[in-house]
Amino acid sequence: MSLSLGIDVGSTTVKVVLMAEQNIIFSHYERHFSQVREKTAELIRMAKEHIGTRPFTVAVTGSAGYGLAMAADIPFVQEVYATGGAVQTLLHNIDVVIELGGEDAKILFLTGGQEERMNGSCAGGTGAFIDQMAVLMDVTVDELDELSLQAEKLYPIASHCGVFAKTDIQPLLNQNAKKSDIAASIYQAVVDQTIIGLAQGRRIAGRVAFLGGPLHFAEGLRRRFKETLALSDENAVFPENCQFFVGAGAALYAVENGEPICFDDLIKQVEEAKAETSDLHILEPLFLNEEEYTAFKERHAKATVEVVNPEDYTGDAYVGVDCGSTTIKIILIGDENQILYQYYGPNNGNPLDLVRYHLSEITKLCADRISIRGSATTGYGEELIKKAFHFDEGIVETLAHYRATRYFLPQVDFILDIGGQDIKCMKIKNNSIDSIMLNEACSSGCGSFLETFARSLGYSAEEFAHIGLYAKRPVDLGSRCTVFMNSSIKQAQKDGAGVDDISAGLCISVVKNAVYKVIRARDIQELGQHIVVQGGTFYNDAVLRSFERELGHNVVRPSIAGLMGAFGAALYAKECAKEKSSMLSGEELANFTFETKEVHCGLCLNRCHLTVNIFPDGGRYLSGNKCERPNQKTDGAEVPNVYEYKRNKLASLQSKPGKRGTIGIPFGLNLYETLPFWHAFLTELGYEVVLSEPSSPKLYRAGRYSIPSDTVCYPAKLMHGHIESLLDKGVTTIFYPCMTYNFNEEKGDNHFNCPVVAYYPELLRANVERLASVRFLYPYVGLHRPKDFTKRIYEYFHKVDDSITKQEIKKSTQKAYLAYEQFMQDVKAEGKRVLAYAKEHGQEVIVLAGRPYHIDSEINHGIDRLITSLGVAVVSEDSICDLTEPPKVQVLNQWTYHARLYSAAAYCARHEAYLVQLVSFGCGIDAITTDEVRDILESHGQLYTQVKIDDIHNLGAVRIRIRSLLGAVKERREK
Amino acid sequence: MSKDYPVFTEEMKKTHTILLPMMLPIHFTLLRKILEQSGYRAEVLTNDGPNIIEEGLRYVHNDTCYPALLVIGQFIDALKSGKYDPDKTALMITQTGGGCRASNYIFLLRKALKRSGFSQVPVISLNAQKLDDSPGFKITISLGLKFVYAVLAGDFLMHISNQCRPYEVEKGATDRLVQTWINHLITAWDGKKMIGLRHLKSSFKKMLSDFDSIPKTGEKKPRVGIVGEIYVKYAPMGNNHLEEFLLSEGVEVVLFGLLDFCQYCLSNESVDRKLYGGKFKSSLLSKIGYRVILSLQRMMNRLITRHGVFWAPNDFNKTRKLAERYIGRGVKMGEGWLLTVEMAELIEKGVNNVICTQPFGCLPNHIAGKGMMNTIKAHHPEANLVAIDYDSGASIVNQQNRIKLMLANIKRTEEMTVSKETEKVISTKGLSM
Repeated sequence: MSLSLGIDVGSTTVKVVLMAEQNIIFSHYERHFSQVREKTAELIRMAKEHIGTRPFTVAVTGSAGYGLAMAADIPFVQEVYATGGAVQTLLHNIDVVIELGGEDAKILFLTGGQEERMNGSCAGGTGAFIDQMAVLMDVTVDELDELSLQAEKLYPIASHCGVFAKTDIQPLLNQNAKKSDIAASIYQAVVDQTIIGLAQGRRIAGRVAFLGGPLHFAEGLRRRFKETLALSDENAVFPENCQFFVGAGAALYAVENGEPICFDDLIKQVEEAKAETSDLHILEPLFLNEEEYTAFKERHAKATVEVVNPEDYTGDAYVGVDCGSTTIKIILIGDENQILYQYYGPNNGNPLDLVRYHLSEITKLCADRISIRGSATTGYGEELIKKAFHFDEGIVETLAHYRATRYFLPQVDFILDIGGQDIKCMKIKNNSIDSIMLNEACSSGCGSFLETFARSLGYSAEEFAHIGLYAKRPVDLGSRCTVFMNSSIKQAQKDGAGVDDISAGLCISVVKNAVYKVIRARDIQELGQHIVVQGGTFYNDAVLRSFERELGHNVVRPSIAGLMGAFGAALYAKECAKEKSSMLSGEELANFTFETKEVHCGLCLNRCHLTVNIFPDGGRYLSGNKCERPNQKTDGAEVPNVYEYKRNKLASLQSKPGKRGTIGIPFGLNLYETLPFWHAFLTELGYEVVLSEPSSPKLYRAGRYSIPSDTVCYPAKLMHGHIESLLDKGVTTIFYPCMTYNFNEEKGDNHFNCPVVAYYPELLRANVERLASVRFLYPYVGLHRPKDFTKRIYEYFHKVDDSITKQEIKKSTQKAYLAYEQFMQDVKAEGKRVLAYAKEHGQEVIVLAGRPYHIDSEINHGIDRLITSLGVAVVSEDSICDLTEPPKVQVLNQWTYHARLYSAAAYCARHEAYLVQLVSFGCGIDAITTDEVRDILESHGQLYTQVKIDDIHNLGAVRIRIRSLLGAVKERREK
Repeated sequence: MSKDYPVFTEEMKKTHTILLPMMLPIHFTLLRKILEQSGYRAEVLTNDGPNIIEEGLRYVHNDTCYPALLVIGQFIDALKSGKYDPDKTALMITQTGGGCRASNYIFLLRKALKRSGFSQVPVISLNAQKLDDSPGFKITISLGLKFVYAVLAGDFLMHISNQCRPYEVEKGATDRLVQTWINHLITAWDGKKMIGLRHLKSSFKKMLSDFDSIPKTGEKKPRVGIVGEIYVKYAPMGNNHLEEFLLSEGVEVVLFGLLDFCQYCLSNESVDRKLYGGKFKSSLLSKIGYRVILSLQRMMNRLITRHGVFWAPNDFNKTRKLAERYIGRGVKMGEGWLLTVEMAELIEKGVNNVICTQPFGCLPNHIAGKGMMNTIKAHHPEANLVAIDYDSGASIVNQQNRIKLMLANIKRTEEMTVSKETEKVISTKGLSM
C-alpha cells in the first residue's frame, strides 16, 4: 500500500493530508499566522504515527506554498490543478466544482470543455471577506452562519468588492435591519460574486461540488448557493472532508510525480528550508529605540483638553454625539469646554441602545448640579439620534470636525481624519472649509482593515500596532485597496516577513493610501503648515509616526483624536445653547424603547425597502430610503431637476407599429443620448422601436452571467441585462451600433467615445450566446459626418432589407438629425430655465456632472432626487456646457462627453453653481478628467466634489458629502 | 493654442541628452544608437525598482493605467537621481493617438514634470499623427527609414532568439549573440544616409545561420504566447519579468513583433475612411507606409522560411484577414482588434497557450482582450488562455499562481489532443466507477 502526503499551504492555513491509495487516512489543518515553515513541520509531525518508517511521496500546493516547495525542494502542484485531480478521483460524475478559499475563489468546469477560473485581483467574495464581515457585525463566523439560517429576506449588497459590500452593510446595521437578514445577504453577495466574477458567461449546471473551508463551515452559504443555482439535493454535492480536497490532490499528484522520501528527511528539508532571497522592499524602521518613542509620545501629549470629574463640576453642560458608521462617540463638555464625560466604542450594530445607556449615565451624573443646555448630533446616524432622543441640533460631520480642530489649533489649515471606514481631508482657507476630500469607496476600510487583520493574526488592534513600533524591517505593501493589500501581505509572508514588519508595513500603507489616494499630495507645502490629524486610527502611534514621516514634518494629534466629531458637536451645541436642551430627561431615557418595522416606500417607483424606527413618543424615523422624501414634509415649492426632465423626455418617445416590423434597442450607455436620433430614424423607416425594460437590480442580475470582465463599469455591465430584456420580449432584431466617434461639438481636440461605449456591441455579440438566435445589427456608424453617414447607413440597411430605398434613408436621416438637435436644444433650454428659476427662488444649484447615461436611476441610485429633496436644484453637464467657452485644459481633450465636463466645470468656476462629478467605478477616462475638473474649479476658488458610484446602493456617504458641500457653501456665504 | 511647456529646440540638439523609457530591450537599444548617429545624445533608461512606482504614484492619478505610471515614474526617478542635469535633459515617448487614454500620456507626463519641479524639461513625442511637434527633432526620410529598419531588425532578432534561448546548451549564448548583432548592425549603419535593402537581407541571412549554430539541447518545450497591452506585453518592468519567469518554468516564449502594431495603426486609417468617410489623401500616406512595411515583413519571413530551421510569423495581410472571424476591425482604440487577432494567430500557429497581459482596468482590453476570450475558445476549444492584470498593487504571487495554472493545463491539453481517440472508447464503456 503506497503512502502519499499532500501539503496545502493557503493564505491563512496549512493543511496536511495523508493518503493510502485513494483513501485519506489522516488529515489536519491549522492557521499558520504567517509562520509557514514552522507550522508545516509541526503538522507533518502529527502524521508521523501513521507513516512510521515507510517511504512515501509528497507534494506541496496552495497559494502560499510555492516558496516553501522551492526552498525545501519538494514537488509543487498548482492548487486548481490539484483540486481537479482530487475531485476526479474522490468524487464521481461531477460537472462543476466551486471552491472558496481564504482569499481565492475558483471554479472548475469538468465536463463540456474543461476549464478553470480563479478570481481576479479585484474580487472579494472569499473566506477573508466573510471573516471581515463577521468582525463588522461583531459576531463570530459561526454565529454569522447561525444568524443567516433565520433570515427572512435579502438586501442587495454590492458583491464585486469587499469594500463596496461593507459600504452597503454598515448602513443596514445602523438602521437596525435584522442581523439575520444581513448575514444571509452577505452570503448572497459571495454567491453573486462567484457567479459573475468567476463563471464569466458559462452557466453553472449539472452536478456541482462545493469545496473549501468557508463552504465546509457555513451551512447558510451552502444553502444560498443551492437556492441561487436552483440545484436539487442530488446535484448539490457537499463532500464531508471538502476542506482537504486540495491537499488530497497534492498527495495524488505526488504519487505520480514525486520521489519516495522518508519522514525524517522530509522534516529536515522543511525545517532547513531557507527563506528565498526576498524581493521585499524594506522601509526604514518607525522608531530606532525606546528614547525616540518616548520623545514622540511626550510631544503629542501636549495636545489635550482638560478632563474634569463631573462630580466636581457645577454649572452648564453640552452634549455632543457622533454616531459613526462603526463607532459611537459621546462627549459632555462644561462651560470652559472641559470634558466631563466621554465615551468611544463600537456601535455593535446597535447605536440606539448604546446612546440611550450613555445618555442615562450622563443625566444621572448631572443630577441637579449640572444643567444640560444644548445637545447636538453628527455622523451617519445624525438624524436617527436626533429624532430618537430629541436633540436640539444636527450638524454635518465635516463641520463638526472643523469646529473641534479649531479648538486645538486655531490656525489649522489642513485636517486629516482616518476613521474606521473612511478617510476625510479638509483644507481650510480663510476660516472656512475650502475643499473636502473623501476616499472613494474603493480605497476605504483603512482603520477597520488594520483591526480586522490584527484579529485574523490573533492580536487585538492595540497589540498589533504596538508590535510594529520597533519593527526592524517594515515591509512595503503598496498603497492600494484592501483586497490588494491582502495579496501584498501574502507575498510578504511568503518572503519571510515577521508579524512586526507586517504590522509596521500596514500602518505605513494606510498612511500612503491617505496621502496618495485621497489627498493626492504632490507637495507637502500644498497641505499647509498647520495640520491636525484625528480619527480613531490615529490613536495608533505607528500610523501617526508613519504620517509624520511621509509628510516630513510634525502634526498635531489631539488627545481626543477619536472623539473629535462628538467634541465638535458639543461645541456646536454650546454655540446654539438654549435655556434648556430638549433632549430626553433621565426618566424618559429610562423608559425609552423602540421598535422597528419593515415597509416599502410608495412615494416613487423605486419602492425602497424602508426600516421604520418607532419611538415611545410616537415619533418615527425611516431609514433605507434613497431620498429624503419619506422623512420630509413637502412645502410645495418646485425644486427643478434636469435629470428628471431628461428622463421624462426620453420616456415620452412613442412608438407605433410599422410596416417593417419591430426593432429592439437596449436602453443604456450612449443610447441615453442618441435614442431620439435612432428612434426617429427607425420609426421613419417603418420600424416599431421596442426598448428594453428600465435598468434595475433585477435586470442586472438577469444579464450578469455573461459579463466577461468584472472590472468594467456598472453602466456597461447593465447592457447585458438590457439585451436579455429584449430577448425575453421576443424581439427578433436588435439594433445597437458601434461608435468610435461621437458628435463633434467642437469643444476639444477630437470627439471620441470611450472604448467601452464605442465597442460594447462587439463584446455583447461575443459573449451573449442568445444573441446568435436573433438578428443583431451593430454597424459602425459616424454620426459626425451626416453625408457619409447617410451613404453608409443606406448600404447597411439595404442589406438588412432590400426594399429600403435611398430616398427613405435620406428622409429618415434628416428626421433623425432634426430630432436629436431638438432634444439637445430642449435640454439646454431646460438648463437655462432651471438656472433662472433657482435664482428667482433663492435655491442653490448643483451641476451633477457625468455622462448622459448617468441619468439612469439605477446607475446614479437616485442622487439627483436626493439633492432636490435637500431643496437644491439639479442641472446636468450637457444642459449648461454651451453657456461658456470651452476652457483650456492641460490634457488631451478628445472625448465628446468629457469635453462637456470641462465646460461645465468652467461654468461653475465663474457662477454660483456647484459641481458634483459622478464617476463610475472602473472608468479609466475619469482618472484623467477628475484631476482636470478639480484644477479648473480650484483655480477659481471653487469647491470640487466627486462621487464614485457602482452597483452599491446605499447613499449614506453621498448624503454626507452633499450636505458637507452645502454646509461649506453656507458658511462661506455667511462670511 | 499657446504652449505653456518647453519644446525641444534646434539648439537643444547639441546641449541636451534625450532619455527614452525602456520597453523592448533589443529595439530600444537600436533606436538609441540610431539617434546618436543622427547627432542626438540619447540614453535608454534602465533604472528599475519600487522607487519608480512610488514616483509614479506621487505624480500620476493612481487610477491611470499602469504603463503611464511606470513610464512617468521612471522618468521622474531618473531626473531625481542626479545623474542628469535637468537643464540639459529632454524626454522622449512614443505616442499613439486615438480614443484610448494612452494618447494622454504625454500630457500627463508634462503635468507630472510641472509638479515635480522639472518644468524646464522638454518632452519629444514620437508619433505618426503629429499630435505634437518639436522643432529640434525632425524625422527625416533617412532617419525614418533607419527607424523602420531598426524595428524590423529588432523584431527579427527577438523572434529568432526566442526560439533559441530555451534550448541553448550554454546559458547566455543567445543573448550574447543578440548583442553582437546589435553592434554589427549599428557599426554597419554608421555614417550612412541610406541603408540598402541588400545589406539588410544579407545580415538577416547571416543571423539565421549564426543563431542556428548555437549549440542546443534538442528537447521539446511547450510554447507560450504573450499578447496584450503593448507596454506590459513587452516591458519586463511592466510585466514583472514575465519572460524570465516563463523561461525558468521551461517554456518557449512567443511574442509578435512591434511592426505588427505599426501596421495595425497604419491600416486603421483606411478602415476609418471606409467606415466613416474622409479624404483619400490623408489615408494615402498610411497606405504607402503599410505597403513598404509589408514588403519588408514578407522579405524577412521568406528568409526565415527558406532557411528552414525557425518558424516564421504571418505577414500582416494574413493577420488582418484573420480578424473577420473574431472581431470588427473598427475596434481601433488601444491594441484593439490586433489583440484579439494575435490570440487567434498564436493558436492557429499551434501555440495554444496564451497569456493576455493588461494593465488593471485597461478599457480597450475589456472589449478586445477579456471580452473576446469566449469567442476564441468557441473557435478553438484547445485554447489555453489566461488573462493577467498588472498593477502597482497586484502581487507577483497571485500572478504567478494563475500563470502556473495555465502551465499545468498545458500538460492536459497535450494529453487531450493525444488521447482524443481513446476518449471515445472510454465514453462508450460509460463511467461505471
